[in-house]
Amino acid sequence: MRLVRRDFLVFAGSAATFALLPQKGGAQTIDLPFDNGQRPVVAFPQKRPLLLLTPRPPQLETPFAVFDDGVVTPNDAFYVRWHEAGVPQQVDATTHRIAVSGAVNRTLSLSLADLGGMETIEYLAVNQCSGNGRALSSPRVAGGQWDNGAMGNALWTGVRLRDILDRAGLKPSAKQVQFDGLDGPVFPSTPDFRKSLDLAVAQADDVMVAYAMNGAPLPLLNGYPVRLIVPGWYATYWVKMLSAITVLDHVDDNFWMKSAYRIPDTPDNSVVPGATGFPTIPINKMRVRSFITNIAEGATLTAGSQTVRGIAFDGGSGIARVELSSDGGTTWHQATLEHDYGNYSFRRWHATFDAKPGPQKLAVRATGNDGATQPVKQGWNPSGYLRSTIETYAVTVR
Amino acid sequence: MTRALIGVACALALAGTAASAATVPRGPVSITLPGDAGFAFKPGPGVIAAQTYCLSCHSSAYVSTQPTLSRAQWTAEVAKMRSPYGATIPDDQVATLVEYLTTQYGKP
Repeated sequence: MRLVRRDFLVFAGSAATFALLPQKGGAQTIDLPFDNGQRPVVAFPQKRPLLLLTPRPPQLETPFAVFDDGVVTPNDAFYVRWHEAGVPQQVDATTHRIAVSGAVNRTLSLSLADLGGMETIEYLAVNQCSGNGRALSSPRVAGGQWDNGAMGNALWTGVRLRDILDRAGLKPSAKQVQFDGLDGPVFPSTPDFRKSLDLAVAQADDVMVAYAMNGAPLPLLNGYPVRLIVPGWYATYWVKMLSAITVLDHVDDNFWMKSAYRIPDTPDNSVVPGATGFPTIPINKMRVRSFITNIAEGATLTAGSQTVRGIAFDGGSGIARVELSSDGGTTWHQATLEHDYGNYSFRRWHATFDAKPGPQKLAVRATGNDGATQPVKQGWNPSGYLRSTIETYAVTVR
Repeated sequence: MTRALIGVACALALAGTAASAATVPRGPVSITLPGDAGFAFKPGPGVIAAQTYCLSCHSSAYVSTQPTLSRAQWTAEVAKMRSPYGATIPDDQVATLVEYLTTQYGKP
């Protein structure tokens, strides 16, 4: 990544009200490794300077170097993605309510205090945008042009969604559970962002309504005061500022389920670029991925023994092994897995290799406990979802 | 949050029994978003249409960060914004918008 000084406003915040204060000296831009990948680095409220994709609605990418700092992504570095410009800028946790209705025996209006009276669950889980890495699609596709920083790993604290559903009591007709947040579109003609899960997924042991992130309240831009956590699944389902849980007696046919966030229903969920008319299904579990975090593409290394470290994760089976290649994927060597923080968390790993002078191509490949591993060639889909290919890093050794 | 606190939180999660110190949040949080943060459409024929019909819902960065899309792709994007996204773009402005987007942000 090339750093360039540019004049962009930088904003900072403090206390419970987070104002936008221009900062002296302007801000950097970062050139991401694809065409038209220049991003200003800007601090939004409650956030450190992040890569600004779009300011309205706010979309911010985590600089990749953050993932080398530790297994947990700090709240102020966590990426941000909203669909519609009606993002509330003031939210009161004390008066906030979650309406539970639909095919239930009792409608509920739950406060945060109500959640505080229920059994607490807590775990680390990766939240990754469906379109993480979309800008690396070949051929390129329209959409939010993320590099690989639209992801993060946090300790989530909250209550089981199942316990809420049990309290409401499901009617026999219940089929799916729909989630809505406080955000909304500018025009009434625009479909409000809502997502739904099949009942069996919604009732899983670990789907959570979370009110804390890394031991602190969620940043407003990550969904304060409460969001849904669907561990192992892409973040499109992790509805922020959760305000309504509606039990449906049918399969949700709202735009965000029926038309958006769909993947090809083909053996590897890919199609030939330009294909049309293929069947699709809603995006679901995350694919296995791994990254080097301490060496960037284009880096210059010193000859001799070099330590490489990084992260890996999958859709919840957990990481069985990580392998490193220093010859572009011809030969592979097993990396050492570091502490296991659970199947939904980033798993850190490290390895060493003998850096010989000249150009070298590093590559990393993870395999999940379910046996799934990363493909050499990324399958293509029209929305640029499901990136899972082996990531490579061209370096020069001197 | 400090790294030390995160470490504590992770250690507690690891223990599997003790919960972190997290409690349910109370009270209001208020932020001020930066609007379009200095992003603006490039000047050129049709820019008024872009400012009128695109900026009502999103900043120009939604356009300027795209790869160089073809005329057919920009035509599809404008159509998508009208339906299903519900943008109020009049019929007689569609060609103007496609021409502007293709010229300023696309490939011929």
